[in-house]
Amino acid sequence: MTHFTAVLLFALFASVVFGITQRDTPQKMVRYGIYCFVLFAGSAIALSWVMFLIAR
Amino acid sequence: MATTPNNTAAAKPATKEGFVYLPLIAGWLVPGAGHFLLGKWGRGALIAASILGMFVMGIAMQGKIYSGAHDILDILGLAGDLGNGLLYFASRVFGFGADQVQVTTADYGTRFIVVAGLLNVIAAVDAHNLRTGRKA
Repeated sequence: MTHFTAVLLFALFASVVFGITQRDTPQKMVRYGIYCFVLFAGSAIALSWVMFLIAR
Repeated sequence: MATTPNNTAAAKPATKEGFVYLPLIAGWLVPGAGHFLLGKWGRGALIAASILGMFVMGIAMQGKIYSGAHDILDILGLAGDLGNGLLYFASRVFGFGADQVQVTTADYGTRFIVVAGLLNVIAAVDAHNLRTGRKA
């Protein structure tokens, strides 16, 4: 398992629980879950680029 | 047509009866069980799959199961691990997880196990809120 796969799975599991617990209706749950997943994965990718550029 | 008081009482959902903290405790002990008790089968299954998946992946990555508290970080890790309920106690009994972090992925595995416990606490509180009517 690569680090990126681990990040994606972490984001997926956490987003599912956040979506279900933080919203009331199924439609809002799905939207919030996707929003959380994009934030998790996106911030990991962005921070990875920042660390890559700092380390150069 | 007006509804008689007897009909109104009969229409109350069965989930409003019994021990109010049962979904909270069941949800903590077994991931998703609090939602199952309330008849929220889909939500419970997704929560159970997510938390079990995260916990199993943490174990598979040779993550550490906190067994004692020697400093503040250990206390926080132990608190997170305890959120897994019976999964934590079963891991202690059967010796799952690593005692020491020896490879890079084991550090990730340790975080997976802690976060699975924290997510389980959130899910158990959500089940309690559903039970008390604070959430629909």
